[in-house]
Amino acid sequence: MSSARTYNSVVLVKQVPDTHNITGNVMKNDGTLNRSALPAIFNPEDLNALEMALQVRERYGGQVTVMTMGPPQAAEVLRDALHRGADRVILLSDRKFAGADTLATSYALTGAIKKLGDYDLVFCGRQAIDGDTAQVGPQTAEKLGIPQITYAESIVSLDGDEIVAERALPLGKELVQCSLPCLLTVVASANQPRPPSARKRIEYKLAATPLEYRSLLKKWPEFENEDVLDAYLTKRDLKLPLWTTADLDVDEEKLGLSGSPTQVYKVNFVVLESTQSKEIPANQEGIAALLQELVQEYIVG
Amino acid sequence: MTNQSNSRDVWVFIEQEEGLVADVSLELLAKGQELARTLGSQVCGLLYGYQLGDLPEKLIHHGADRVLWADHPELAMYRTLPYARVTTELVQGRRPYIFLVGATAIGRDLAPRVASAVRAGLTADCTDLQIGDYEAKREKQLYSDLLYQIRPAFGGNLIATIINPTMHPQMATVREGVMRRQEPDVTRQGAIEKIEPNFDDKDMVLKILSRETRESKVNLRDAAIIVAGGGGVASESAFELIRELAHVLGGEVGASRAAVDAGFISREHQVGQTGTTVRPRLYIAAGISGAVQHRAGMDESAKIVAINTDPAAPIFQIAHYKIVGDLNEVIPMMIRALREKAK
Repeated sequence: MSSARTYNSVVLVKQVPDTHNITGNVMKNDGTLNRSALPAIFNPEDLNALEMALQVRERYGGQVTVMTMGPPQAAEVLRDALHRGADRVILLSDRKFAGADTLATSYALTGAIKKLGDYDLVFCGRQAIDGDTAQVGPQTAEKLGIPQITYAESIVSLDGDEIVAERALPLGKELVQCSLPCLLTVVASANQPRPPSARKRIEYKLAATPLEYRSLLKKWPEFENEDVLDAYLTKRDLKLPLWTTADLDVDEEKLGLSGSPTQVYKVNFVVLESTQSKEIPANQEGIAALLQELVQEYIVG
Repeated sequence: MTNQSNSRDVWVFIEQEEGLVADVSLELLAKGQELARTLGSQVCGLLYGYQLGDLPEKLIHHGADRVLWADHPELAMYRTLPYARVTTELVQGRRPYIFLVGATAIGRDLAPRVASAVRAGLTADCTDLQIGDYEAKREKQLYSDLLYQIRPAFGGNLIATIINPTMHPQMATVREGVMRRQEPDVTRQGAIEKIEPNFDDKDMVLKILSRETRESKVNLRDAAIIVAGGGGVASESAFELIRELAHVLGGEVGASRAAVDAGFISREHQVGQTGTTVRPRLYIAAGISGAVQHRAGMDESAKIVAINTDPAAPIFQIAHYKIVGDLNEVIPMMIRALREKAK
């Protein structure tokens, strides 16, 4: 080892609707998603990204900062990240971020990462299960002006200002060396994300962003008002940082809906096409007749 | 905020490795031709690599009207930054109207990088592209001849049509295997233009140390017959029946995600939204319930035979022949009938 330096990581995560459990009308009239109609989960591959960052910290030292952009309830994935071992979390939340496509999202995230400043590695999951676009990672890397390693499966080594990583591609593996800082998008096969720690769950039980104070006061009326709650959480380091557009050096025109070139024109629910269907009896005669028919239609043979 | 293009040209990124062009790139040249005809414009292929011989001419034969060709040792193997540099400069300089890229590992690495640099809209993993109009009611403006970028969303539960009215090019990555390529026409004429890349030292910060490729023996996309097993195949030995029937029919073995997850067969056999999109002459679905993610990858098969014990399985709604029964009994009957026919 030529150096004994440490490496700071930023992990970009997303709270996503659980697309495996879709019911009801999930689109709003403007074509955007009605996220409240679906259970929200930690995007699966973002957990692999977090795990990779935590392993870097364990091997080389440094800080792991987890960041998400979303509505107030996205703080849930930040608490989860703390339970799994993140050092620090930041919520980016502002009405001006709302309705962002991947370009406007990457612009906002870039503003936040630049504000954070001191980083060597940026991790994201390969893609999010709500859109499956896999775009925000590379788009953010471009805006940060740093190289990207997509489909990262493992970090072989970090040495000085160089990373060696393995990429998982459809037909094999690629070993690459790259200068830091760089951005990695992490695939599901990279690792087994550690579970949340029970001790940390208790430790961060009250952790909250200011956007959650009102609902917390309903649960814990003994705090009287938001100021009392804020003082209590701040003193115990349980106040989760909230960044809005005012905290970032960004051009508001490039955020949210106005900064998004793409828009949903229309949405159709998948309807099964009814086909001319023929029922074949499950016996030898029926099957033989079916195969005969397929042969006659030049489909088999 | 607009960056309108001057031309209505359709660009296609041509993905090649060691001189072999990716199927999806040829499919996109054919689709690009169709779109350009509607728009009254041209299709232009972007080809990068090193010592590619007569590949540019071949692209003309496959439907390109023009090929922009960069031939440089640094472009021999795909790397994000050199490829993004050349592409970004071309897009900024010439402003195409539409820019299509295959939704492959390479295309999905390159396209977002370029879209971010030129501030264009990008839609991922489209399964259909059409030309159509859009009336912005609030601004009282009609945008004519936009690209309708059609893709499954929300795990395949929705089909969304995405548009990009003003921030052009209208960029999309397109799934492999959903569009048809053209037979090459050696009499086709077109323009071939060489491009000199302007690299920066910063473009070379990533080095490929080694690459380990395993040859895929599975070719689902070109298979005329596919026999696929799903979660209803209860065991590894029962999955052998699927293999045997495929063998007797001279077809390939396919699988639903459930069968892959159960470990009966490797992932390269998976058909569906996260696997391969197939369009065989005959698709036999055995023990596959027919979740929307699976159907999305096979519902354009010419004939679908479904075998399932559950008469209400959704696969039956798209099947041409439904067999309600146990695949452990039905498949041996099929094998027997085929062997007798062969005698």
